[in-house]
Amino acid sequence: MTGSYLIGDEMTGGYGGADILHGVTIAVDKGEIAVIVGPNGAGKSTAMKAMFGMLPLRAGQVRLGGRDITALTPQERVREGMAFVPQTNNVFASMTVEENLEMGAFIRDDDFSATMEQVFELFPVLREKRRQPAGELSGGQRQQVAVGRALMTRPSVLMLDEPTAGVSPIVMDELFDRIIEIARAGIAVLMVEQNARQALNIADRGYVLVQGRNRYTGTGAELLADPEVRRSFLGG
Amino acid sequence: MPETIDILNALALFANFVAIPALAYGSQLALGALGVTLIFGILRFAYFAHGDLMAFGTMLAVLTTWGLQGAGIGIAPLPTALLALPVAILGAVALSLAADRAVFRFYRARRAKPVIFVMASVGVMFLFNGLVRLIIGPNDQRFADGARFVFTARDFKEWSGLAEGVALRQSQALTVVVAALVVAALFWFLQRTRTGKAMRAYSDNEDLALLSGVDPDRVVRVTWIIAAALATIAGVLYGLDKSFKPFTYFQLLLPIFAAAIVGGIGQPIGAIVGGYLVAFSEITLTYAYRKFFAYLVPAWEPDGLLQILSTDYKFAVSFIILVVVLLVRPTGIFKGRVL
Amino acid sequence: MAGNGLGRGLAAFGAMAALLIAVGYAQSWSVSLAMLNLCLISAIMALGLNIQWGYAGLFNAGVMGFVALGGLAAVLVSEPFRPEAWRAGGAGLGAAAASALAAAALIAAIRRRMRPGLARGALTAILAMGGYALARHFFDPAVEAIEAIDPSSAGNIGGLGLPIILSWPVGGLFAAAAAWLVGKIALGLRSDYLAIATLGISEIIIAIIKNEDWLARGVKNVSGLSRPVPYELELQQSAWFVAKAQSWGLDPAEASGLAVKAMYAGLFAAVLLAILWLAERALRSPWGRMMRAIRDNEHAAAAMGKDVTARHLQVFVLGSAVIGMAGAMLTTLDGQFTPGTYNPLRYTFLIWVMVIVGGSGNNWGAVLGGFLIWFVWVQAEPAGLMLAETVGALLPEGSPLAQALSEGAPHMRMIFMGLILLLVLRFAPRGILPEKIRR
Repeated sequence: MTGSYLIGDEMTGGYGGADILHGVTIAVDKGEIAVIVGPNGAGKSTAMKAMFGMLPLRAGQVRLGGRDITALTPQERVREGMAFVPQTNNVFASMTVEENLEMGAFIRDDDFSATMEQVFELFPVLREKRRQPAGELSGGQRQQVAVGRALMTRPSVLMLDEPTAGVSPIVMDELFDRIIEIARAGIAVLMVEQNARQALNIADRGYVLVQGRNRYTGTGAELLADPEVRRSFLGG
Repeated sequence: MPETIDILNALALFANFVAIPALAYGSQLALGALGVTLIFGILRFAYFAHGDLMAFGTMLAVLTTWGLQGAGIGIAPLPTALLALPVAILGAVALSLAADRAVFRFYRARRAKPVIFVMASVGVMFLFNGLVRLIIGPNDQRFADGARFVFTARDFKEWSGLAEGVALRQSQALTVVVAALVVAALFWFLQRTRTGKAMRAYSDNEDLALLSGVDPDRVVRVTWIIAAALATIAGVLYGLDKSFKPFTYFQLLLPIFAAAIVGGIGQPIGAIVGGYLVAFSEITLTYAYRKFFAYLVPAWEPDGLLQILSTDYKFAVSFIILVVVLLVRPTGIFKGRVL
Repeated sequence: MAGNGLGRGLAAFGAMAALLIAVGYAQSWSVSLAMLNLCLISAIMALGLNIQWGYAGLFNAGVMGFVALGGLAAVLVSEPFRPEAWRAGGAGLGAAAASALAAAALIAAIRRRMRPGLARGALTAILAMGGYALARHFFDPAVEAIEAIDPSSAGNIGGLGLPIILSWPVGGLFAAAAAWLVGKIALGLRSDYLAIATLGISEIIIAIIKNEDWLARGVKNVSGLSRPVPYELELQQSAWFVAKAQSWGLDPAEASGLAVKAMYAGLFAAVLLAILWLAERALRSPWGRMMRAIRDNEHAAAAMGKDVTARHLQVFVLGSAVIGMAGAMLTTLDGQFTPGTYNPLRYTFLIWVMVIVGGSGNNWGAVLGGFLIWFVWVQAEPAGLMLAETVGALLPEGSPLAQALSEGAPHMRMIFMGLILLLVLRFAPRGILPEKIRR
């Protein structure tokens, strides 16, 4: 695991005050889906934000493709091929779908029309609505815009913070299918999920965090099969 | 029943004393409100020094105009002030960037509360205000030259055969034309260019814009440049249309804020609509309709001027509009942010 | 003030007293006392603003309007009653007020009963316009009649003929009423809205006072207001006073001027101390703790069930009342009401500088700021002129630059005030006498 493409290794830190993370390790490889689950307040989102440089680390490091990126800002990590989809406020509500995608490609100087075409192929509804302000779309469509925006940099890592929060089960299944498709294209996908069972179903790796520590780690199938994980975190 | 000619006379009266002045004044307010709304959208505070920034830019235009007039350079029949405009804009931009660097950047880095920014903008207002009065004094200055009219009331009367004339002053026509060009250019910039889109993105969702690689310093810089340019243009047009007096420019702050809030703060299109709305309300509510109704209802002989509000209370109109918007729809017409 | 804060406070106020005494020796005691009087009034204004900004973080950009309302109160309370004006226009004014109130009551009733929508909006608009037209129908002839009476010396409704000192609390009431109206509308929205709304209301108050000649003569001014203290001439005619002055080796004429100023200072100081005492008590009370809690974390306070908007309205009205009272005192001291002289830089933003420099949140700081900044404001003009002359002397005779400098000297103090505000805000944001953190 130490050779994984993206690793948050023994991460310890918090927002100024007490530590929220205590030696958490998360890793994901290209083409894989890794899922972080756990109870509320377990530090799931914090762990992901730490890997994206949005939380100062007191100990541990983050490595991307073997290189230590602990000191980089989130913006610099975007340039290194990491993409992040926040849980809320993840689109430019007043801008059209197309402009949202353009903003996703803001750091690119080359022609990004092919990438936009790929995003439209992945999420056909976005092509239909590309002249509409993102704020007028439904919750599921907004998430598609948010993911599409993140894909515009052609990232090697895609990080999603609770992408299915507040969408219906049908939309959730649809979104997970797309996420699998993205991973199959060779991108490392790391996501935090509230819907643990469904997320572990599609996960190559699963991390169960409790109180800022790794509690269980394994493949998605292993965790789903583990009676203790089932009892404590998956409701039996 | 009034005869057709009377209706036409009433319309001419209305056009001359309400519609044309309001169109010009509305354009000036719209340009000012655009600056305020852009600053609010990007820097997220109400910029109290905007009126005095307008005064500063206009003062530079006045001084440059005098210099050009002294040197015998002009573009008659157009006012020399147009030639002076680029110099004035450069000066106002330089001053705004300097103020940002010396004052606002510090609070931005510390993510200070908006009210601290407002307070700092009051300090900047004092500085600008003092600077203008120190350099050009507090008195009225006239700097308009060139042709006075596109067509005069007499031209119109001879052409139309009506008893009431309609005059179009050059400054009014110029205001509307320049404002239209500037607004078109601004919207093209915001909608079509990379920097413009970055500004809209930053205004819409700062965190996501930063994630997308937008350079905040650059966005802020461009915002000041545009706001200062708009303020100078608005100020020069206002000065050509009326006259230049520093205190009047400070007082324009209220209708400008009202226009920005009515339209929806942070919304450029709202600032324009708001500007015209405030201007038309101000002028229609302070116009004396006695003669107008004399044409339309000849039998009625009212004893008053039929003026809803004395012109001394034109600022009250801005305020009433502001109050109604705050009570009824605090986000404004185009759903801007609630300040 | 306790511990270190006490020492700092004493030193600051000591230095301020020394400055005023120095002016007494260097210029004259009359100038020094005149300055002291305005310092005292400025301190009260700063206290009022500090109650709003320092206690609650409310941005009042309309101090000028509340000051002017206080001035209006001074006229309406102390001017002689003019029965002829009331005979001519009283009924009309009454009918106008009644129709405006009736329309307002109807609108309020409709807005309570009807559901929001186009019908309600239209009805509101129609009633507002109808009420306005009806009020104007009564109002215009009444005003004309009143203004026709003795226009060169009166032409207004006069006052109640009461002692002018009563106008101080009345000025507070006027300002409180206006503040309640603005606060009702703009509080509860984000802080900038209150700033813009107060800026607007103050411009309108000034416009009304300037233009409604029937009320207080507008820009024709009201001069010769009555006084709460004796006239100099009365003192000079009092054998007791003349004897007393001569026993101190003073010329009676000069002594009478000093005595009058000193009496004003005594009255103002008494008011200042009373308000300061009340403000300090309020700050230490549970109410004051709650206000600070709201200021420091509005959301947490709201979550704990505090009605933030109602508390803000309370504090905003109280602060404005103090400012209004100071406005009445200022007009009393001037002995005349001159609406044309109200200007926002002097009456709004200068008070802001006082509070920020003194130490927002600290009442003693606001008082010190009032004293210090008024002193600087007054002295900045001669200082600027001196500076201009020094520079001018270096320039060739009749140089246009030198002339511009000496003409511009009065405006130097705008720049000076702006600089002080910005520098304090940045490098000493808590002011000279910082707020004590109470646990």
